Amino acid sequence: MEVKEKIIEKIFLLIALSSVTILALITFFIFEEGLPLILKIGPKAFLLGEKWIPSKGSFGIFPMIVSSFWVTLGALLIGIPLGLACTIFLSELIPPSIGILLRPAIQLLAAIPSVIYGFWGLIVLVPLIQNYLGGPGLSILAGSLVLGFMILPTIITISEDSLKALPPSYKAGALALGATHWQAIWRVLIPAAKSGIVASVILGMGRAIGETMAMIMILGNAVKLPSSFLDSARTLTTNIGIEMGYASGDHRQALFATGIVLFFIIMSLNTLAIFLSRRRTR
Amino acid sequence: MTKSQASKPKQISSAFPPSPPPSPLRGVGKVGTTRNRGEGRFGHWVLVFGDYLGFGIWNLGFLFLLLFFLFGGACQRSKAGITVAGSTSVEPFAELLAEEYMSHHSQSRIYVQGGGSTAGIEAVITHAANIGMSSRNLTDGEKKLYAVTIAKDAIAIIVNPQNPIQDLPLEQISEMFSGKIKNWKELGGPSHSIVLVTREEGSGTRESFQKFVMGKEDISLGALVQDSNGAVRQVVASNHNAIGYISLGLVNAQVKALKISGVEPNLTDIENGKYTLVRPFLFVFNEEPAGEAKSFLEFVLSPLAQKLLFKEGLVPVLKKIAQE
Repeated sequence: MEVKEKIIEKIFLLIALSSVTILALITFFIFEEGLPLILKIGPKAFLLGEKWIPSKGSFGIFPMIVSSFWVTLGALLIGIPLGLACTIFLSELIPPSIGILLRPAIQLLAAIPSVIYGFWGLIVLVPLIQNYLGGPGLSILAGSLVLGFMILPTIITISEDSLKALPPSYKAGALALGATHWQAIWRVLIPAAKSGIVASVILGMGRAIGETMAMIMILGNAVKLPSSFLDSARTLTTNIGIEMGYASGDHRQALFATGIVLFFIIMSLNTLAIFLSRRRTR
Repeated sequence: MTKSQASKPKQISSAFPPSPPPSPLRGVGKVGTTRNRGEGRFGHWVLVFGDYLGFGIWNLGFLFLLLFFLFGGACQRSKAGITVAGSTSVEPFAELLAEEYMSHHSQSRIYVQGGGSTAGIEAVITHAANIGMSSRNLTDGEKKLYAVTIAKDAIAIIVNPQNPIQDLPLEQISEMFSGKIKNWKELGGPSHSIVLVTREEGSGTRESFQKFVMGKEDISLGALVQDSNGAVRQVVASNHNAIGYISLGLVNAQVKALKISGVEPNLTDIENGKYTLVRPFLFVFNEEPAGEAKSFLEFVLSPLAQKLLFKEGLVPVLKKIAQE
């Protein structure tokens, strides 16, 4: 019996290790493919260059880095207020009968494939923006709106968990001291759960930066520095997604190099989120 | 390729013994009770071995069957068949032709892959593919390859049907796409800024457009970039101020193809060379084709296949079909 359990244990260990190995292999692969190009044209020309014309050998991804941050910022401007309001409502104010309906509905938001979000944005939001605000319609504004909705489930579920994890004495204490329900929520519960809420926002940010399919459909993919929320833009992920099919040689390497930049951004965001949520559980 | 993969699980289930599949938990905690199942010494140890690994003897049998079919499938696939790879503009047509060809020659397998014109030609040179598909002419370095034009495709400049403009000279289209002309007013249209729609870097359609229309000029970096003919058409169809370019075969009622200096993109004017935005669809071989590749090429150039390509909106290389 013991031998058998040992063997099973080892098999499971191997399986667990294989997933880590795959992560390591992916990392190794994108660095092996992308680094030579960054070194060839110089990190400064790559990161701060403003022209992306692969057929003429200019590989500057600065407009895409800026666009990525614009789109993410826009998504957070929409996602944080909505998400926070929804969290407070769900965990403190909601009548149980509505909660039964609302919670699965929010979880369903996370299950909708991103291409459906993209299609909805393209068919509904883009013409609206084009008609009422001008510009091509395929714009940062449209992308931010869609992304704002896409990150809602991440923000809501994690920050609701962190609100629920608070000791009930916090709320009871505040109420006993004469605070109203709203004062207790806003002055006591939210500040106490702050680190968890911040972590949820950062994870949502990671999702926003990484989103590709919906953004290819909505952003318009023009490679230039955006000057307003109505401009078309191309993010780091969509640059890879849209050009991978045909790229070869230096062009292909430049796309992997774009992946390296993305890798660093996502890694630092996730590290920050883990760090912040650890502090919460302390 | 997808066909053979899809058929694999079916083969396995039909060959599998009709006994019910054992529960995955069978091995756990049953070593003692399984002993009486084995007849001889050897059978006993096989059973125990199976139990130690966590699955019963039937699962072992299943494993062997699976391996058998995997290897069998792999051998079958490498035995016959040719690979056609390259331009994604040609790919849908090649897939259609391959399907038609295979329905006539049940022994043959033709695998069609995308990847782009350059990648396809590269694949032929390195013998990774038997036939390369290209939607552009060969460069000087590639001239030693054996290329056959299987059809021609025109590029149409499209605008929204609401746009009053019907006809533009090439120079003005080039000036629009390089960003020098920014408003439809300058061309006699309504006062709206022009929304340019282009294809992504590396696309064969973009390469041809660059060569035919732009020349040395760059396409404006402010242009919207879409990654397929269909996506370009969708954007132009939904935006009154947009202009883009797609394969003529894919123009439909949602968009309007412009005349170029008075020449309409239709079959007659493409045939007599008046409409100049025409690119060849090539099949590229390492040397004069033989065997399966030759027979596929002959099929593609036959009246039946050419008629098919014509129906899909391409310009056939057989004159007769074009005139019918």
